[in-house]
Amino acid sequence: MSTTSTTRTISVEINGTSYERNVPASLLLVHFLRDDLDLTGTHVGCDTGSCGACTVQLGGEAIKSCCMLAVQADGASITTVEGLASDEGELTPLQQSFHEHHALQCGYCTPGMLMSATALLEKNPRPSEHEVKVALQGNICRCTGYWNIIEAVVAVGEGETR
Amino acid sequence: MTAIETEAGTLQKGSAVGQSVPRKEDGRLVQGQGVFFDDVKRKDMGYLHFVRSPYAHATIESIDVSAALEMQGVYGTLTGDEVAILTDPFFQIAAPPGGHVKDYALAVGKVRYLGEPVVAVVAETRELARTAAEYVTVEYESLDVLVDARAALAEGAPVLHEECGGNLSYSGVWEWGDVDAVFAEADHVVSIGELHFDRFNSTPLECGGALVEYNRGTGQWTMYTNNQFPGFAAIMMGPAMRVGLDKLRIVTQDIGGGFGNKITSHPQLVVCCLLARKLKRAIQWTEWRTDFHQSMSHGNERWFENTEVAVKADGTLLGFRTKAIDDAGAYLRYEPLGGVIWSQVAAGMYKWRNIRLEFTQAMTNKAPVSPNRGYSRMQQLWFTERVIDIVAQTLDFDPVEIRRLNFVQPEDMPYETPNGCVYDSGDYPRAMDMALELIGASGIETRRAEAASRGKLLGLGIGSTLDSGTNNFGQSQLINPELQFSGNNEVATVKLDIFGEVVVTLGTTPQGQGHETTAAQVVADILHCDVDIVNVRAGHDSYWNSHAGFSGTYASQFAVTGLSAVKGAADMLAGQMVKLASMVFQCPEEAIELADGFARIKDNHEAALPFMALGAIPNANNAGFPDDPPTMNCRYVYRPPFDVPDKERKFGNLTLTYATQIHACVVEIDPETGVTEVVDYAAVDDCGVRINPQIVEGQVMGATAHAIGAALWESFVYDEDGNLLTPNFYDYHVPHALDMPPLKTGAFESPSPFTPLGTKGMGEGGGGGIHCICSGIQDALRAAGGAIVTDSHNPYHRVWEMLSHPERSREKIEVTSR
Repeated sequence: MSTTSTTRTISVEINGTSYERNVPASLLLVHFLRDDLDLTGTHVGCDTGSCGACTVQLGGEAIKSCCMLAVQADGASITTVEGLASDEGELTPLQQSFHEHHALQCGYCTPGMLMSATALLEKNPRPSEHEVKVALQGNICRCTGYWNIIEAVVAVGEGETR
Repeated sequence: MTAIETEAGTLQKGSAVGQSVPRKEDGRLVQGQGVFFDDVKRKDMGYLHFVRSPYAHATIESIDVSAALEMQGVYGTLTGDEVAILTDPFFQIAAPPGGHVKDYALAVGKVRYLGEPVVAVVAETRELARTAAEYVTVEYESLDVLVDARAALAEGAPVLHEECGGNLSYSGVWEWGDVDAVFAEADHVVSIGELHFDRFNSTPLECGGALVEYNRGTGQWTMYTNNQFPGFAAIMMGPAMRVGLDKLRIVTQDIGGGFGNKITSHPQLVVCCLLARKLKRAIQWTEWRTDFHQSMSHGNERWFENTEVAVKADGTLLGFRTKAIDDAGAYLRYEPLGGVIWSQVAAGMYKWRNIRLEFTQAMTNKAPVSPNRGYSRMQQLWFTERVIDIVAQTLDFDPVEIRRLNFVQPEDMPYETPNGCVYDSGDYPRAMDMALELIGASGIETRRAEAASRGKLLGLGIGSTLDSGTNNFGQSQLINPELQFSGNNEVATVKLDIFGEVVVTLGTTPQGQGHETTAAQVVADILHCDVDIVNVRAGHDSYWNSHAGFSGTYASQFAVTGLSAVKGAADMLAGQMVKLASMVFQCPEEAIELADGFARIKDNHEAALPFMALGAIPNANNAGFPDDPPTMNCRYVYRPPFDVPDKERKFGNLTLTYATQIHACVVEIDPETGVTEVVDYAAVDDCGVRINPQIVEGQVMGATAHAIGAALWESFVYDEDGNLLTPNFYDYHVPHALDMPPLKTGAFESPSPFTPLGTKGMGEGGGGGIHCICSGIQDALRAAGGAIVTDSHNPYHRVWEMLSHPERSREKIEVTSR
């Protein structure tokens, strides 16, 4: 018995680098990032689009890359967690704030949290505590209880972090 | 948002220990540069997908993998029949009858829970492996299903494991003091017909998995995985696979949460190992979320039947007797250790001296249980807290004052419990007062009236709880006298490398607890150097010489076992550095001090050797010494002081330390819907000396969130056919950011007199949030019929039931007074 899977060639720009790859039509964007491009900072925590560990920015919007096929990202511009800090390793104020406020423990949800919060801060540079909670409601964290994450994001808006 | 009270007496100001040093781990994790097992890849690796049972209980009539094997890109399969030839059943912790269970890495002949792995399929891609699994045909003959531990023990119930002759895995009577005598002298006896602790788990965000390679030349497997107790995994896997433990290399780096749920992945790791050897390629297995919920590591569900409590007229608690029925699920993967571990906290935080508990554990057609944050003690502590609140309500005592009256008092410390455990230190009344002040308890009646004016029922809850840490594994002999485990240990190495690098290697498997940071803090203070120059290797590798039989990260022990090992090794290295400097300067060792990153002569700071020189001499420039220079490579094994418990009396010290957590909450219930909202929350922690207060507070927060979730939303619900109704994050609601109440935290330090650093393990938190939310709901319902809370899990429909029929909750509760 043989199976033939439909493949398509896609072009995407990720963290400023252009990629052209031939991918199966059934391949999820998150697995394209992780398995094909070795951008393993984006994580998978569920199979129902509930946890947000796979959140990336696509065209400036925070999206869950497990809810999208790689072929649907053809032509898109994507930022993953690897694209946040500078090439020299200088952290963004949000990453720095997560560090200072102990907003991460195991670090598994952290990339998704950072991408959702980055998208929020781009649209709303001084979010309230409630606005932060709303923006992060699609991201599950099992270690921190969210308190320090919320504090870290609010602090960036208030300019507490460089 | 948070208020920390710190008693600075035990902090060494200006040193690294006791400071909230920002974590060393964070840099890589905020940049997506952590290495979790699923990030590790090998050329031509095959992706593994499990075919799982759609039945909760059935015989396997036939398996046909031929259609899957014919698919292009499918590399191979493994079935239970092959596993039964290639391996022996896993070693059982239980004595008979549970000891007769035959547990293999895949189902052999029969399935016993929905989601049980039956066949493994390996293919070129994740997607193809999943598709190919659909082409495996398994024919089943369904059997009657058991989803209730009480029914499983009934005469004539269907039997899961025929070899056991029934569904009982373990039973034992645990009795201390003179129980019958105190019931004869009691002024009141409160009878509680039934209490139920619900089934849930902490659902780490990263599911289980591994990348497994087989080296045909050496016969060794290497597992890049997220198992959190490699010592346990190895002793389970080696005998089953008929190989020595040196053939099993277990490697972890970053682990995406564990909470105990990643201790029992040894069956799946065996499947990966067998397939890596069979298919001659690396095997990649990443568990899907639904698979995790269906098959991994549920927490222990427990019933408490026919509880009786002996109470004096002034509220003094004299004793209790009860029957605990524990639900182990379908296999005994870590059980029946839950059958003894509860007894670390048999009496909770109270001076009960007379206790009888008949513990019975049953196997059912549900996922196997395994440790879950607060493992087996949380159930017992919930029980003692429920008993206190039910006694208070039925006999009209104040819930605060009856706790204060019966708490073990600070002047009693160290306190020997009726079963020989020793509570090392603590001040429970002070912790409760602090929690009540943080929550604003003195103004509660005003708030209750204000809430009532809005049509809401407001309640105040208290959850007093202990986190017993650093196990004496000798307690396993209390459930199976034949076992040869006792004590505990952990290993660290600290070395000075050739350019003066301080390198620390741990035996632990951290999952977010910040071991790299706290270990560096301890070492920096001993070597008198900066935290930044202490390099702590990330993760665990059984190729390193830094592990022992109990190595891992579980059961609230790193701050004791791990850091004591680090301290021991660092002390040795400091001694060697001083000795080497004395050899170089030809002066007595007493004339040398370590300071500011140098070994120098105390009264001549010009005569100073930098760490680089000390590292280089033994490693690369060692000629001409009259005696061997020290090696600068120090390994220390920390062994806590334990004896084997008395098996006849079930008596002895089972854990070294007891951290205190007292939680308090204010809840509001909407009587129209039964929805409970937590509107205020305070958590006070006393875990002895805190190496890093910010990390400690983070653990308190995490444990609080888990408990709030378990109290209100999280439940593994099975229907009568054994279908899991909450197999994913849609149906199993874990707290989200919007669900979290405002939180206040408080802390003080009662150093442990028994540990080298005065520390205590504290990561599990003892389930304080479950206890205090149950307490708060019961308090809120006093104004609406006075229902009694008898379940640990209280979603809106259960609260609505209590509001609608409060008398039903009291039907099985009686008071007999004389």
